[in-house]
Amino acid sequence: MTFKIAASPHTHQRRTTRQIMRLVYLALIPGVILQSVFFGWGVWFQLILALATAWLAEGLCMRLRGRPMWSAWRDHTAMVTAVLLAISIPALAPWWIIVIGTAFAVIVVKHVYGGVGQNLFNPAMAGYVVLLVSFPVQMTSWPAPTMLTEHSISVVDTINLIVSGYTSAGYNLEQLRTGIDGLTMATPLDSLRTDLGSQMTLAEATDKPIFTDFAGVGWQWINLAYLLGGLVLIKLRVISWHIPAGVLLGLGLPALLGAAFAPDQQIGPVLHLFSGATMLGAFFIATDPVTAATSNRGRLWFGLLIGALVYIIRTWGGYPDGVAFAVLLGNMMVPVIDKYTRPVVYGHRGHP
Amino acid sequence: MSAELTDIEADRLWNFPGGIHPPERKELSSGTPLSSLPAAGDYRVPVKQHNGEPGEVCVQIGQQVLAGEPLTKPGMANGLPVHAPTSGTITAIGPARIAHPSGLADLVISIRADGEDNFCELYPVPDYQQLSRTELLDRLRDAGIAGLGGAGFPTDRKLALQRPLDYLIINGVECEPYITADDRLMQEHAAEIVRGTEILLYIAGCSKALIAIEANKPAAIEAFKPLLADHPTIKLRIIPVKYPSGGEKQLIQILTGREVPSRGLPIDIGLVMHNVGTAFAVQDAVDHGRPLIQRVVTVTGENVRKPGNYWVRLGTPVERLLKRCDYAPEPQQPVIMGGPMMGFTLPDLTVPVVKITNCILLPASSELAPAQQEMPCIRCGACSDVCPAELLPQQLQWLAKAKDYDGLEEQNLFDCIECGACAYVCPSEIPLVHYYRKAKAEIRNIARDKASAEIARERFEARQQRLEREKAERLERHRQAAEAREKAQAQAVKAGGDNPQDAVQAAIARAKARKAAQAAAATKAGDKNDGKNDGKSTGDSE
Repeated sequence: MTFKIAASPHTHQRRTTRQIMRLVYLALIPGVILQSVFFGWGVWFQLILALATAWLAEGLCMRLRGRPMWSAWRDHTAMVTAVLLAISIPALAPWWIIVIGTAFAVIVVKHVYGGVGQNLFNPAMAGYVVLLVSFPVQMTSWPAPTMLTEHSISVVDTINLIVSGYTSAGYNLEQLRTGIDGLTMATPLDSLRTDLGSQMTLAEATDKPIFTDFAGVGWQWINLAYLLGGLVLIKLRVISWHIPAGVLLGLGLPALLGAAFAPDQQIGPVLHLFSGATMLGAFFIATDPVTAATSNRGRLWFGLLIGALVYIIRTWGGYPDGVAFAVLLGNMMVPVIDKYTRPVVYGHRGHP
Repeated sequence: MSAELTDIEADRLWNFPGGIHPPERKELSSGTPLSSLPAAGDYRVPVKQHNGEPGEVCVQIGQQVLAGEPLTKPGMANGLPVHAPTSGTITAIGPARIAHPSGLADLVISIRADGEDNFCELYPVPDYQQLSRTELLDRLRDAGIAGLGGAGFPTDRKLALQRPLDYLIINGVECEPYITADDRLMQEHAAEIVRGTEILLYIAGCSKALIAIEANKPAAIEAFKPLLADHPTIKLRIIPVKYPSGGEKQLIQILTGREVPSRGLPIDIGLVMHNVGTAFAVQDAVDHGRPLIQRVVTVTGENVRKPGNYWVRLGTPVERLLKRCDYAPEPQQPVIMGGPMMGFTLPDLTVPVVKITNCILLPASSELAPAQQEMPCIRCGACSDVCPAELLPQQLQWLAKAKDYDGLEEQNLFDCIECGACAYVCPSEIPLVHYYRKAKAEIRNIARDKASAEIARERFEARQQRLEREKAERLERHRQAAEAREKAQAQAVKAGGDNPQDAVQAAIARAKARKAAQAAAATKAGDKNDGKNDGKSTGDSE
């Protein structure tokens, strides 16, 4: 009889890329649910559009590259990219925004560079930045949290808005974003940026309905949910703690210093950590293994760099939030970080 | 005593980076006591079963041999003899398949057992301390003892290195899943292992020994505890369960916090390590004079109905062992010699058990699922997290695929111990170790080609030099000959004798005289002839 010949090891821990990506989806669920609670049905439609686009784009690219399509669909990496991008954009953005962004992320950022494992930049964030730079109005039109708006938006209205830009009653997105007080609602970070820029103190700037709690209505709970999901991923050893810890430290420490030295002009650490895309970025985006540093020490530096960049962009940059730019800049630094954080190999340390 | 030694004495244990916790599955085989196979049938004894040169065959076909009789004389470099596993007749000496991942053939001595199992005369040492170190080393070599832990390095060579030693470490960790051969040996023969350790201490000229056992072998630990409770020189160390704690470098790190320098030996940092099986074999060779002709082999896996541990004579074909254990192979059954992490698959069952065979594993496809298709690396870094050598397996993998051999050496590929932890955790199921082995082999080939090219170049240059030297010598000889000639001439001139110049002058003079004589004759013959001849001849002679 013939016996099977194979190379050692003959045993394998059965956690495949596919399973890892599934766990990432699962960990995102609490945050996504809360996001849809606060920003309406649009979140789900954006997700559907993004997933469909990613699925098609991935298949098309594999076809063009002459590789089996199933192998790309099976690993779910494009789907995770799609989900991350879909939850990063305003829930009521027109349909073509997410389609363009996802297609760019999958086709250009991922496959043009050689497919899974080969891309230099985080696909979701590169897609996001392309959208933000190309369509700034649509990309900054975040709806106000549902409990603060005058009009509640039904499922049908949501579809109409995303597809045509108007609800069935004829309101456009701009009108819907107007709050109970008649002022256009911005995200907490955006509002703070504008107000602090016009010489208001932090106390004055946060005296608004969106700041009723510690870090902005809706956003604080969403951030807590992503923090929870992220901690689960660490617990399941899908990600290591180094990158999230680095991001939160890199952002939190300067924020603490800023709050200590200029409490009236600087956003405090709590608002920084629990608003905007902080937790999503720290646990789900910066931890993309393909584009992050490889050693644990490197990962910590990579995280710290991203955190510090987020702080710099939020404080002095031209955008209210800076996770996407910070992640891309961090991606650029990865080869350098990897070069200088290579661990010392066994037997190469000096001996006494 | 240095602070570090104080720490070691105080039972401190260190950790090593990385490592994994694969399912241990040791319960399959650890429960049944050791038993032996009857000495019958054919045995195939490969002449090279250790890491070194094979010995020279000293038996002939048809010769009757007794159990324990040497079949080879050890060669010079790291040589070890092999011995007849039982009494019988030599039936063949020739190439046959051996236990090697390549499945290649090597010189094998076949013996048909006579069933009597008569031993040759054995020479036990009544008191080893009466013998000198060298005498004992010779005994170990003649007994054919190689490291039974896996590498098969001749034990006498390891002990022959004389350097100051802090500790002798006896490795009873057996961290590889499924294997329980050392476990059973320790449970049943702890006293002999302690005795072997004492002998090893004496030979090594070392004063302290540590016996290390992984915490998942409580029965073995209990067997040693009473023996070592008040032992003056040997201490027991129970180490936490993690793969690959039993690797030589990792165990040294756990017990002493020291690191064996890259491309160095444990003795460079004052340590030497032997396996528990080796300690037992040393005791057997010294106290009973028995050469190494048997060892404990675990036979396990879900496709073996009677898994357990057996005393197996070296040279026993795997098939006989498996039959004894009632094996039920499935289609495409892998037969693994060694464990699931570092073992290799056998091409057929005629392969014999040798000195380094610790396990035969027949897993069901449901327990060790066959490898799936390799997927692209997603740089997740799980491999670097588990690498006990703190290498960057994914970088190595890329460099290996790109055949960047300089890059591989720069990233210390040769510090890889091939434990397989990286491939075990890889979510893309990349056979990382396979890539490293291939790259290592290619680098070795390149180094060998380079070395032989270097020799060729040296030979070519030597030839060029010789040719030039010969040419120079030839020219020199010619020059000397010319000089000698000139000198001789000069001497001749000085002597006033045969000056060549004079000879020429003489010749001219003779010619003149002859012409003059002819001219005179012509003039005499008649003045009426024209005077042209005259004029000419005069001109000639000018």
